[in-house]
Amino acid sequence: MDIAFLLNGESVTLRDVDPTRTTLDWLRDTQGLTGTKEGCNEGDCGACTIMVADDHGTRAVNACILFLGQLNGKSLTTVEGLAQGDRLHPVQEAMVERHGSQCGFCTPGITMSLAAAHFNGDRSHDDVLAGNLCRCTGYAPIIRAAEDAAGAAVPDGFDPRAGALSDDAGHDDPVRPRTSDALAQALMTSPHATLVAGATDVGLWATKALRDLNPVIFLNGVEDLQDIHIGDDTIRIGAGVTLEKLRGAIAPHHPHFAEMLRRFASVQVRNVATVGGNIANGSPIGDTPPALIALDARLHLRRGSERRAIPLESFFIDYGKQDRRPGEFVEAVSFNRQPDRLRVYKLSKRFDQDISAVLGAFNIQVEAGVVTDARIAFGGMAGIPKRATHVEAVIAGKPWSEATVSAALPAFAKDFTPMSDMRASASYRLKAAQNLLLRYWHEDQGLTTSVLEVQP
Amino acid sequence: MSVGAPLPHDAARLHVTGEARYVDDIPTPANCLHLAFGLSDVARGVITHADLSKVRQSPGVVDVLTAIDLPHANDVSPSVHDEPLLARGEVFYHGQPIFVVVATSHLAARKAARKAKITIDPRPAILTIDDAMEADSRFEGGPVIWARGDAADAIQSAPHILTGSFEMGGQEHFYLEGQAALAIPQEAGDMLIHSSTQHPTEIQHKVAEALGVPMHGIRVETRRMGGGFGGKESQGNALAVACAVAARRTGRPCKMRYDRDDDMVITGKRHDFRITYRVGVDDNGRLLGVEVTQLARCGWSQDLSLPVADRAMLHADNAYHLPAVRIESHRLKTNTASATAFRGFGGPQGVLGIERILDHIAAARGLDPVQVRRVNFYRDGQTTHYGQTIEGFHVPVMTDALLDRADYAARRAKVDAFNADNPILKKGLAYSPVKFGISFTLTHLNQAGALVHVYADGSIRMNHGGTEMGQGLFQKVAQVAARCFGVPIDAVKITATDTAKVPNTSATAASSGSDLNGMAVRAACLTIRARIAAHIAGLWGCKADDIGFDNSALRGPDGQTISFAKATASAYEARVSLSATGFYKTPDINWDRMKGQGRPFLYFAHGVALTEVVIDTLTGENRILRTDILHDAGSSLNPAIDIGQVEGGYVQGAGWLTTEELVWDAKGQLRTHAPSTYKIPACSDRPRIFNVDLWDQPNHEDTIFRSKAVGEPPLMLGISAWLALADAVSACGDGYHDLNAPATAEEILNAIERVRAG
Repeated sequence: MDIAFLLNGESVTLRDVDPTRTTLDWLRDTQGLTGTKEGCNEGDCGACTIMVADDHGTRAVNACILFLGQLNGKSLTTVEGLAQGDRLHPVQEAMVERHGSQCGFCTPGITMSLAAAHFNGDRSHDDVLAGNLCRCTGYAPIIRAAEDAAGAAVPDGFDPRAGALSDDAGHDDPVRPRTSDALAQALMTSPHATLVAGATDVGLWATKALRDLNPVIFLNGVEDLQDIHIGDDTIRIGAGVTLEKLRGAIAPHHPHFAEMLRRFASVQVRNVATVGGNIANGSPIGDTPPALIALDARLHLRRGSERRAIPLESFFIDYGKQDRRPGEFVEAVSFNRQPDRLRVYKLSKRFDQDISAVLGAFNIQVEAGVVTDARIAFGGMAGIPKRATHVEAVIAGKPWSEATVSAALPAFAKDFTPMSDMRASASYRLKAAQNLLLRYWHEDQGLTTSVLEVQP
Repeated sequence: MSVGAPLPHDAARLHVTGEARYVDDIPTPANCLHLAFGLSDVARGVITHADLSKVRQSPGVVDVLTAIDLPHANDVSPSVHDEPLLARGEVFYHGQPIFVVVATSHLAARKAARKAKITIDPRPAILTIDDAMEADSRFEGGPVIWARGDAADAIQSAPHILTGSFEMGGQEHFYLEGQAALAIPQEAGDMLIHSSTQHPTEIQHKVAEALGVPMHGIRVETRRMGGGFGGKESQGNALAVACAVAARRTGRPCKMRYDRDDDMVITGKRHDFRITYRVGVDDNGRLLGVEVTQLARCGWSQDLSLPVADRAMLHADNAYHLPAVRIESHRLKTNTASATAFRGFGGPQGVLGIERILDHIAAARGLDPVQVRRVNFYRDGQTTHYGQTIEGFHVPVMTDALLDRADYAARRAKVDAFNADNPILKKGLAYSPVKFGISFTLTHLNQAGALVHVYADGSIRMNHGGTEMGQGLFQKVAQVAARCFGVPIDAVKITATDTAKVPNTSATAASSGSDLNGMAVRAACLTIRARIAAHIAGLWGCKADDIGFDNSALRGPDGQTISFAKATASAYEARVSLSATGFYKTPDINWDRMKGQGRPFLYFAHGVALTEVVIDTLTGENRILRTDILHDAGSSLNPAIDIGQVEGGYVQGAGWLTTEELVWDAKGQLRTHAPSTYKIPACSDRPRIFNVDLWDQPNHEDTIFRSKAVGEPPLMLGISAWLALADAVSACGDGYHDLNAPATAEEILNAIERVRAG
C-alpha cells in the first residue's frame, strides 16, 4: 500500500508498506524519532501520544495502535516537532517550570496531549489527560503546568494542520474506500477482510495477539459514514462517527449519555474510535450499546446494495456472535427523538480510562406518576449487551415509587447471571446493578448520588 | 546558592522535547538482534517435552537458547542463587522464562516465542498464603520472631483486648518505561551493557558470572530510567544477562525490552500480606501489649524477600511506642512471580498493620482516632522494639501543625453533618503519620563512591554510584557539587552512572540516593577544592582555610579574588590534580537481624497526612476530595524535587490501597497484566485539593547539608486515604468495617454490608 502524509511539516510518501504496521514502530524504528515512547502498546498509557491533524481538526492520538494505513492525507506532529528551534512550546515551558516531569518517560505523551488541547482551547485538563498515565508525579505539578500554559497564546507559526495534504493518494484503493458505495463493493469482493475503523480494538489484535490482519479495509476515509443527522423525529449516527464527535453531538439531547462518553476510554481513543466499531466488535463490555439499546436504537446494515435495519439488541446474538453476514457492514445507528429520561451509569475500578465492570443504561418514562415505558440495558452482566426484560416488566405500568423499585430488584437475578473476573465478582455485579436502579430512583427524587458532584 | 534552591529536574528540558534517551532510544547499533522470552503457562510443573522447531523456523530468528545453552552461571538472583535465567527442567510460576529467542526484530522475536510446543506435567501449585501455610512452604526455617517484654502477659492483664485480621494486596510497579537492556560486544571479549537498572553493579556482577569473566570485563552504563520504584533493583538482571549471553554467542549487539504484558507477568511486585493481631489497651486506647503476625507472600524465589519482611517488622511500630510486643513474620514461598522491592520495601505493610490496629481500637472504644494515636506516639529517648533510641522525633508537633492548618476539628464536624444529611453518599476524614527508618538494613550496603573532575576551564564533570529514575537525584547531587565549589549549577555536568567510573556501588534504593552519593560527591569536591585552595593560598601567601569559594570565585582574607576558572587554570599549570574520588559510609549503624536488635537506621524521616474522601454507598465508588500533608525532608536540598516526591509518593500509596488490584486466577495466572486491567491512579484520581508542605527543620544527624531522605516515606501517607475510606464506611452503621486493601469499590460495598450487619 502507498501512503502519503506530513510528518512534522515534511511530506512523507511510503511505497508498498504493510498498512498494519503501527505508527509508533515506524516513528521509532524507521525514522529514529524516539521521543514518542512505548509504554503499554495497547493505547492505555498515552506515552505514545502524537498529534494528528486534517480537515476535521487537530487531535491527540495513540501512535501505538495507529496503523500506517490510517495516516493517508493526515498531518502528524510528534514531540520532536513541538518546539520551534530552541523556543519551547508554552506547554513544554510550563512543564519544565512547574516540575511536571520526573522520570520523563510519560512526559512526551503528556506534553502532546496538553499541546493538542492547548491548540483547541480545551481547558478540561483532567479529561484531556485521562489517557496519559504518570507514575511519578501524582499529576499535581502537571495540572499546574497545564493551568499556566492555558493562558499563553498558541505560538505564531505553530499549526499542526499547516500544509495538510488532500487525501488523494489511493483514491480508488479498495483498501481505503472513500465512499460507502466503494466500501460495499470492496467488501463484496473481499468479504472476510478485517475492517479497521479507529483500530483502538483491532490494533491490539496486531500488537498483543500478534495476528496478521491482512487483508484489511480501512474505514476512516469513508466520509459519508461520518455524519450525524439530527432530524425532527430521529437521530441517525453514521458508523464512522468518532466517540468524541458523538459526545459533543449527543450532549444537548441526552447529557447523561455524553457524560458517560466523557469517561469512555480516553481522548486519544475517542478521537479515532467509532460508534460502528463499538457496536460491530460485539463486546459485552462496549459502553455505547447498552445506552443505545435503552434508547430503542435501530441498527442499519448494508451488504452490497442490500440494506436492512434491525433492533440494535437483536444484533448481539451470543458472546462473540453477531447478526452480521460476510460482506455486510454497519452503516449507522438511529433512534427516535424522545424526552430525555436516559441515565447511563458506568462502574469501573477507576473512574477514567477503564473498561466497565458494569454499565447500566436506564430509560424509564413516567407520566402522571406511572411508568409508561421502561427500557433498561446492561453491559458487563452477560455475554452480550443485554436488556433487563424481567426488571422492565415488573415496573412497567406501575406507580413510579420506591416500592415499585424495591419490588423490581429480585428480577435482576432472573435477567442476569454475571460472571466473576478481574474487574468484579459476580455478586458485586448483581448487587451493583440492582443498586443502580435505586440510584436512578433517588436521583430522580433530587438526591445527590454521584461522588463526582461532591466538593471538598 | 544552589543547595536548597527549587531547581527543575536536570533533564526536564530533555523530557519535554523527547530528547532524553532511555535504553530503547539509544540508536540501535547496526546488526543488532532482539530478544524475547518464551514463558511457562503453568504455575508449577516438570517440562517433559520442548519442541522449539517452529520457533527456530520463524521468520527472522537467529538463535534460540534454553538452559543447557548457557555457558556459565544460569542465575539472575540478587541473593541466594535460586533464580535461573531459564528454567532448568522445572517451572515454578506462570510466566517463568523457559527459553529465549534471538531474532532480527523485536516483533519477530515476540512472534517466534509464541510458537513453542512445550509440554509441562503439572504439579500441585502453592498459590495463596493459606496454601503456603498449610504446606509449610517458606523461606528460612520457620517464622522470624522478635519480641520485647511479655506481650501475651501484657495483653492478658490489659483492661481491653482486641483481635483482628486483614489482607493487603501487592502492587505492580508500573514504571512507564518497561525493563530494557542492550549488550554491545567489545574487543577482547568485553561487554558493554546499557541497562534500565537501579543497580548497575549487580548487573555487572550477574553478567560477569553468566559470561564467566571477571567483573572488570563488563561495563554497565545507566543514564536514566523511566521510573523504577524498586522494580528495577533486581528485575533487570534477566534481560541484561540474556542479552550478554546472546551477544557473546552471536557476536552481535543484542537488545531486549519486555512488552508490557510480559513485564507484568514476569517481574515481581510488592509483597501482599495478611496481618493478624491481638492487642491489649487501656481506657485511653494506649497500647499495653501487641502481638502481630505478618504473613508475606514472597513468590517462587527468595529475591529480596528477607530484608523486605525484616523492614515490615521494623516498621510494625510506625510512630508508636509498643511497650510489650511480639512480632512473628512468615516469609512464604509460593508459585507466583517472585515478589520484590517496591518503594517502602516492606515498610508500608508494617505501617498499615499498626495503623489498622489503632483504627480498630478507636472504633471499638469509641475514641477519637487522632487522640488514640497521640497517646501512643513515641517520645524522644524511648527505644523502639528493636532497641534503637528515638531522637529528633517530630511527629507530635507536626501533627499539631497539620491539624491546625488543615482545620481538622471544624472539618470533622462538617463531615459528620454531611453524613447526617446524605443517605446515599458518605464522607470520611482520617489522619495518619509515618516514621520511616533511613539506611539499608544490610549494613555494608551503606557506602557510596564518587568521581569528580574539574577541567582547566573551571567546568566540572560529576559521577557517582547513584542512578536516576526520575527522583531528581542527579540534580540534588549536582547542587551539592555546585555548592562545594561555589559555582552555578550549569558549571556541573551530570553524567550517566557507569561501573567503570565508580565501582562496587549499592543499588539506588532504600531512599538512600542523596544521603550516600551526596556525601561521596561532597568528599570528592572537598578534596579538589582543598588542592585548589592550597595552590592559590601559596600564590596569595595566606592560609588555604581562609580562602572562600562562592559566586564562581575564590576570595582571600585580604580581599584577594580570582575567578574559579582562572584558579583552576592556574592549578592545572601548577600541575595540581583536579580529579578526585570521594567515598562515604554511613556512621553509627549496626544491626543483628537474627536477634532483631541494634541501631539499623541513622535517623528517621517523618510525615503526617490528613485525607478527606467521599464514597457512594450504592456502588462503593469513591473520590479523594482533599489531602493535606506536612513532610519532613530535613533541610531540603531541593524543595521542588522533594515536594514532587511527596505528591507522587502519596498518590502511589493511595493507588496501592484503592484501585490497584492484582488478580490471579485459580491456576496462578495473573489476570491483571496490562493497564487495561491493572489500574494505577489516573489524573483525576489525585486529591481535588492537594496541599503539600515541607517541615523545614535540619536533620539532627550530620547528613548532606542536614537534609533527609525523601523517596519512600511519603508513600505511606497514602494510608490516610485508606483510613478515610474506612471512616466513611463506618458512617453507614455500627459494626466494624474490617476493610481490606485495596479498598476497591467492591471491597467498600462489602465493608458497608459488614458495618450495617453490626
